[in-house]
Amino acid sequence: MSENGVSSRAKVLTIDTMNPTVKKVEYAVRGPIVQRALELERELSQGMKKPFVEVIKANIGDAHAMGQQPITFFRQVLALCSYPELLNDTTFPEDAKSRARRILQSCGGYSMGSYSASQGIESVRQDVARYIERRDDGVPCDPDDIYLTTGASDGIVTVLKLLVCGEGAARTGVMISIPQYPLYSAALAELSAVQINYYLNEETCWSMDISELQRALDEARRHCNPRALCIINPGNPTGQVQSRQCIEDVIRFAAKERLFLMADEVYQDNVYADSCKFHSFKKVLFDMGPEYSNTVELVSFHSTSKCYMGECGFRGGYMEIINMDDEVKAQLTKLVSVRLCPPVPGQALMDLVVNPPQTGEPSYDKFIKERTATLSALAEKATLTEQVLNTVQGISCNPVQGAMYSFPRITIPEKAIKEATDNGQQPDMFYCMKLLEETGICLVPGSGFGQKDGTYHFRMTILPPKDKLTILLNKVKEFHQKFTQQYS
Amino acid sequence: MSQQAVNGVPCRGKVLTLDNMNPNVRRVEYAVRGVIVQRALQIEKELKEGVKKPFTEVIKANIGDAHAMGQKPITFLRQVLALCSYPDLLEDNKFPEDAKQRARRILQACGGHSIGAYSASQGIECIRQDVARYIEKRDGGISSNPDNIYLSTGASDAIVTMLKLLVCGEGRDRTGVMISIPQYPLYSAALADLAAVQISYYLDEDKCWSLDVAELKRAINAARQHCNPRVLCIINPGNPTGQVQSRQCIEDVIRFAKEEHLFLMADEVYQDNVYAEGCKFHSFKKVLFEMGAEYSSTVEMASFHSTSKCYMGECGFRGGYMEVINMDPEVKAQLTKLVSVRLCPPVPGQALLDLVVNPPQPDEPSYNTFMKERTAVLAALSEKAGLTEKIFNTVPGIICNPVQGAMYTFPRITLPQKAIDKAKEEGLVPDMFYCMRLLEEEGICLVPGSGFGQREGTFHFRMTILPPTEKLKIVLQKIRDYHMRFTQEFS
Repeated sequence: MSENGVSSRAKVLTIDTMNPTVKKVEYAVRGPIVQRALELERELSQGMKKPFVEVIKANIGDAHAMGQQPITFFRQVLALCSYPELLNDTTFPEDAKSRARRILQSCGGYSMGSYSASQGIESVRQDVARYIERRDDGVPCDPDDIYLTTGASDGIVTVLKLLVCGEGAARTGVMISIPQYPLYSAALAELSAVQINYYLNEETCWSMDISELQRALDEARRHCNPRALCIINPGNPTGQVQSRQCIEDVIRFAAKERLFLMADEVYQDNVYADSCKFHSFKKVLFDMGPEYSNTVELVSFHSTSKCYMGECGFRGGYMEIINMDDEVKAQLTKLVSVRLCPPVPGQALMDLVVNPPQTGEPSYDKFIKERTATLSALAEKATLTEQVLNTVQGISCNPVQGAMYSFPRITIPEKAIKEATDNGQQPDMFYCMKLLEETGICLVPGSGFGQKDGTYHFRMTILPPKDKLTILLNKVKEFHQKFTQQYS
Repeated sequence: MSQQAVNGVPCRGKVLTLDNMNPNVRRVEYAVRGVIVQRALQIEKELKEGVKKPFTEVIKANIGDAHAMGQKPITFLRQVLALCSYPDLLEDNKFPEDAKQRARRILQACGGHSIGAYSASQGIECIRQDVARYIEKRDGGISSNPDNIYLSTGASDAIVTMLKLLVCGEGRDRTGVMISIPQYPLYSAALADLAAVQISYYLDEDKCWSLDVAELKRAINAARQHCNPRVLCIINPGNPTGQVQSRQCIEDVIRFAKEEHLFLMADEVYQDNVYAEGCKFHSFKKVLFEMGAEYSSTVEMASFHSTSKCYMGECGFRGGYMEVINMDPEVKAQLTKLVSVRLCPPVPGQALLDLVVNPPQPDEPSYNTFMKERTAVLAALSEKAGLTEKIFNTVPGIICNPVQGAMYTFPRITLPQKAIDKAKEEGLVPDMFYCMRLLEEEGICLVPGSGFGQREGTFHFRMTILPPTEKLKIVLQKIRDYHMRFTQEFS
């Protein structure tokens, strides 16, 4: 074919010749609806008239973007680490300086610009181990079992890479909740793993039921080799905080069915409901005695992106590896070495998260004040969200027990379902798109996370400041009423 | 499954074992942080515990980590990063105005004015714009579209992402990827991980590691018999070899890629590290466009850059970008989707990259210090490059090509047959045997050439030129002495 007199032929890399597993990857949190939201933002900034003056991006768990303030102490230490001249500056508190010096001492050439050990800076891993021990009432933690990562996502994908193999009916199957955080489905698609869905129970506040795990597993055994069980606690998008009993049951199930457990615990400080408490998988495992604690293979994940820190942009995280085969662990260590190391600023930040100001230190009061303010604001917004959404006929919202999202169920009229389907759209995408165009509010349709057939949801963050959130919730309420009316 | 009791507790085989884990991962090797480095770290621990050694410190000349070897960060870059981290400092009059301005601009582009917010997955837009402008300036005005720029977590991230898009097919259709021998082992590791077919093309050691199209042709023709060659990777300036390819060579490679219908991946992370007189960095993009529309509107290419090398040496920040040229729009949409799953590259690294592509200008307060620091770093590297080549070439049995660029030397070492035999006895590759002994006897950690690839029957090591000049001199002398000792011992 000739174009502009220049002979051309098909490209080397086309949609047909590219890696097909990449095509199967979807990530709704930044998917088509978000792209449309960005387009609308651009149009607004170009002066186009819309029924709203701003786009509210309640699609992603990005606290700072929604106005949450960074923790002063963390940023002071990071500034000191970035530009150590500031260690001479009297405006910085002594405890911040001492943390900075300690971090810098562990860096090659005393610079955050050096590569660290691939597993992460040793002193940081030691601090992480101590944090875990404190959190888990003294259950010992070996720093050598800690791997710092580029956000929790990095650790999760790395572990899945180790696990997924086999052909045909022997292909590795990985159990994940429905609904789930779509990093999991995306990673499984990319690795061509078999995704084994187990449904959380919406009627009982998204709790997990062993018989459902059993059902999913038994069915899956017919066409794949189930080897891993992923659980997100506190849950994303569902926000439930699993009971201790549930966690025990899951561990027992994993032991019995010989499954590698992956516990995503990035929201471990985000627990709001009075009746709920975060129980770490590690602690429960060890409380269950050596029959389990010596045998069950478990990896738990944590991150600097959530909780009270909200430091998403730093890409800090870690995973703790329990009972991994030594030879596999050596392979893991080798694998992470290829990417050299996780970002050092993120490692430094993680160090501060696990080693925050202590009573008696100069920064303590302010730190606690800021931390408490953030967490109590989130708790307040969690309740507000549940409350307001439950006043809407056709919206049913489970308590937001933890994490930072609500995942309410929405009733969509038949006519709307039909129009959506005629347009080749998922009904909840159709709903959310309309919401976006009419109110500027960007949510993520439940179809992006998975849901029981015939049900529809959306995920909305509880992150906007309370006043804005109140307005948001009311707009969603109005929209829903209008929408239901329009399609009745 | 076998049941064994441990401490009276019945146990059985693990769920995840060497035999049932992903076999591709088992095939992955990365020599730069491999076995020899693990031994070096062990020795460091022993030294700390007071174990007596023939040396007092381990010199880690295995990895391109400039700051770890004493290179200083650029003041301006770190000032802006501090300001971005803790914006209260914007009130502090110790910071120059241009640093504050850059910081404000970056913060304005961040959600909630915080570097703690996720950025757009492709990278902060204004930074991509700055990168595009940098590329335009570098390439004599050839236009760069910010939308073709993807910020990444170091260059490694973008390289792996591109390979992910490219590698597919079964059996004889499996994607083949051409890479130089010697190469930077990220490539071989990524190809193993992806179960791609690695197609090795040999650089010519006798001609200062130059690239010969005839060799490319040989390699691809052989490869076509068992795979589907689709990609050609080239590292320029070279790692580990340090050669800076001529403009003619780059043209030839582009022409070859077009003829053979290959996607070009140009790893240009050492683009500022050029030392030899007569050598110049020619960006693949620039050469491509100067070859006219027949090439510039057809050849599909990705070029990679990083904040880890050059004069910055900011490895720990994991900053980088790639520019994609002539990518199919549907594939580009897939690429954009793929990077969205990992949310975004680290924002401090993005900020750092912004400063690299948008450094102090002549009329700005930080300019003089910036230029002074930058010049000092590059001049020191240049001096060390010359010194290294010189000293190694005084050693009988070591031949060292000029270190034209990058930050490594990859000299060829002659190993006596007896040593080769002894190595085999110990189950070691000969240059690993050599390097291990050097480590044990002198505390100097290098990486054996086998970790990078080399012609059969030849041996090399890679050493960085990063230690400060005085220390480097000592290291070079120790290696010289060691080599002569070693040769003597095994003669």
